[in-house]
Amino acid sequence: MTEDKILMVHGSGGSATGQLIDTIFDKEFSNETLDEMEDAAVLEGAGKIAMTTDSFVVTPSEFPGGDIGRLCICGTVNDLLMRGAVPKYITCGFILEEGLSVDLLKRVVHSMAETAREAKVTIVAGDTKVVNGHGELYINTAGLGFVPEGVDICGKNARVGDQILVSGTMGDHHATILSQRMEIETDIESDNAPLNDMVEKLLSSGVRVHTLRDITRGGIGTVLKELSLSSKKTFLIEDDKIPVSPKTRDFCGLLGLDPLYMGNEGKMVVIVEKEDCEKALEILRSSKYGENAAWIGEVTEDSDGKLLAKTSIGGLRELDVLQGEGLPRIC
Amino acid sequence: MNLTEMKNDLSSYDGEDIRIMEVCGSHTAAIAKYGIPGILSPRIHLLSGPGCPVCVTPSSYVDRLLDLAMEEGNCIVTFGDLLRVPGSTKRSLSTARGEGARVEMVYSPMDILSLAEKEKDTTFIFAAVGFETTTPVYAMLLQELERLDIRNVKLLTAIKTMPEVIHYLMASGAPIDAFLAPGHVSVITGTKIYEPIAEEFQIPFSVAGFGGQELLAAICGIVQSRGKGRVLNFYPSVVREEGNPKARALIDKYFEVCDGAWRGIGQVAGSGKILRKEYERFDAGSRGLDADHKANPACSCDRVLMGKMRPYECPLYGKVCTPLSPQGACMVSTEGSCFSYFSNHRQDK
Repeated sequence: MTEDKILMVHGSGGSATGQLIDTIFDKEFSNETLDEMEDAAVLEGAGKIAMTTDSFVVTPSEFPGGDIGRLCICGTVNDLLMRGAVPKYITCGFILEEGLSVDLLKRVVHSMAETAREAKVTIVAGDTKVVNGHGELYINTAGLGFVPEGVDICGKNARVGDQILVSGTMGDHHATILSQRMEIETDIESDNAPLNDMVEKLLSSGVRVHTLRDITRGGIGTVLKELSLSSKKTFLIEDDKIPVSPKTRDFCGLLGLDPLYMGNEGKMVVIVEKEDCEKALEILRSSKYGENAAWIGEVTEDSDGKLLAKTSIGGLRELDVLQGEGLPRIC
Repeated sequence: MNLTEMKNDLSSYDGEDIRIMEVCGSHTAAIAKYGIPGILSPRIHLLSGPGCPVCVTPSSYVDRLLDLAMEEGNCIVTFGDLLRVPGSTKRSLSTARGEGARVEMVYSPMDILSLAEKEKDTTFIFAAVGFETTTPVYAMLLQELERLDIRNVKLLTAIKTMPEVIHYLMASGAPIDAFLAPGHVSVITGTKIYEPIAEEFQIPFSVAGFGGQELLAAICGIVQSRGKGRVLNFYPSVVREEGNPKARALIDKYFEVCDGAWRGIGQVAGSGKILRKEYERFDAGSRGLDADHKANPACSCDRVLMGKMRPYECPLYGKVCTPLSPQGACMVSTEGSCFSYFSNHRQDK
């Protein structure tokens, strides 16, 4: 860490977040399971269990297409799904700031309950604390799921020849939150959604899935670069093939943001065997929340971990993890 | 020419070396985004010039902004990419925020109006940096402040103009054979403004848009006009010869010409704009912010901005200077030369 105070950039999901994790948390908490840096841990027990934790601090707490309650269930469930687990149980710790509207809390809790039913998980434990503040609320969750026999899905499993798919359009959640915070009028809606349906169908279809990864903070650019590093492979994607809705594309153009580095809350990367690519795409597209799924590239060779993109005019560029906060530009 | 023909022409070019400088941060970002360096013959070189407004803002301006930020009752309002620019020490608005200063990020200067009306006891100071593109918006803001009689808004300005610094670069012997003229700036200035420089130095200017194909077309135009004093317009859908006289008149109402202080480059005569005396009440102390001290003495932003060094040739690049710990402004903004090279792993010569 180069700074002596926590700054907003440390929450960006990009390289600053990586530095924070490496120098503070990893230093003290490091163990075999955490060091895998996966979305959820797969542990020994009665069979394999997957476990994860997440915190939700989004402002505003309610936004077009969702709210912090739906978000915390989706985020936790999706992390478990990314290891091929069947999500089962969730715990939630609420930190409520004095002055929080009880009506708002009721709406958030209702939304959590509804989303938990949709995602087929049970909320089994909870805790509430109230602190001084400005009436905001924060939620911390833990999630637990069971990994079926023989399922092994993780970041290092990508192989040369594998095909890379995404489950839908990029950047919608990030654009929604940013437009709310900056009071820009748009009708973009958050994509926050549990991905149970598509993951269950993919895994039961016999498609050979090597890697799944939730495309949250840092965006697809950061996620793919990280996966290339953990699998020690070169990934080649095509700019033109990455799905972005016209509204989000316009919004990004206006603010000088790159949809490749914007967060999502209901989208994933799927890396599959070449022969299963078509079948996987068909399954994604016929699943709930997957109608805009697309093929975006392939794993081309062994390397130290490189992410290349073919540009729309036939050029080639190398991408990295998100640098900085992804701030709107000046002109 | 269609895309394939342009690409063939540009990749097979084997004439004399051509060094083309872009002076617009959005062009720098677009060149990387479309992977253009890899399409060009090794004899066509792209150099990133002083086109990112936060990259050319001197340290004394950032220091003044930091002083204002720490004063009780002030709120600094800024575009996002100024937040992390270091002043003469390693402090930036972002670290000042960590120390308790109030700093708000907006996407349009006009957003300051509603902030100011809601909190009449706070003085809102807009960090008004930019080129010809952004200046009309500051003029519109001033017009609104007058119309609504809002008294708790001030501007700390560091406004620059492009033709003067381009002339300065050429006159100081920078190794440049042509310019990709900035698309957005040219909407306001018009294309005519580059003609005297094109003629004096016998170099082509190509006004370019921001799409990959538009940039290739503009570069093709330059290659065909090498050594000729010409201004070509490859962005005719929005850029006209005369520019936007109405916007320029509004700028002239509130601002007058001054010498501009460019980070790393120094004082360039007539290359700045400052609030006229009669509007001094809106000024948060912008006059005389000319001093420029490097936070790290080895920082080579100046040589990079003048086309004399590639970002990756700087001894600090990628070692102590990264987007996480920028030593110079060029590593901060997403449109800064060093940031763009670093985040795209650019190594072109």
